[in-house]
Amino acid sequence: MQLARVIGKVVATCKDGALVGIALLVVQPLTPEHQPAGRPLVAADCVGAGVGENVFFVRGKEAAFPFYPSEPPVDAGIVGIVDHWTVER
Amino acid sequence: MLLAKVVGTVVATRKDPRLVSNKLMVARPIDPRGKAEGTYLVAVDTVDAGVGETVLIVSGSSARMAAGMKDCPVDAAIVGIVDAVEIQE
Repeated sequence: MQLARVIGKVVATCKDGALVGIALLVVQPLTPEHQPAGRPLVAADCVGAGVGENVFFVRGKEAAFPFYPSEPPVDAGIVGIVDHWTVER
Repeated sequence: MLLAKVVGTVVATRKDPRLVSNKLMVARPIDPRGKAEGTYLVAVDTVDAGVGETVLIVSGSSARMAAGMKDCPVDAAIVGIVDAVEIQE
């Protein structure tokens, strides 16, 4: 799983039937120092995250598990909203 | 998932039988602000996208969960046509 910040949302009317009702958010992966790490991507949201929030997301087929028994075609999914994190160096 | 712009089509007569009657498109990933990035990829189209449209591409084994793609040898599928990307920041 990776830390990320939600920076936007995607609007798509014509989409796979299994994606209907699932929020699609643009997330920017972060380093523990809150710096952008890599390219932004689109992730399915199952926890009600909003723009500006820090979250963690899962990649791969596991991203569809929160929507069980439905199997939407998603390869990235937000599975938690982060209250805060600490790193000791 | 990736945002991408459809830039072309692929015609392949000889292919895996499970790919027969599927539409293959050439797409170029873009960042949420519309700038092209990365290398072109071939994705199977499940939502009738057209050249020039911005689409949502799911990659990896999740691509097989797109409508009608069960057990097909694909690793990228177009699962949505993007109307708008709203970036706040």
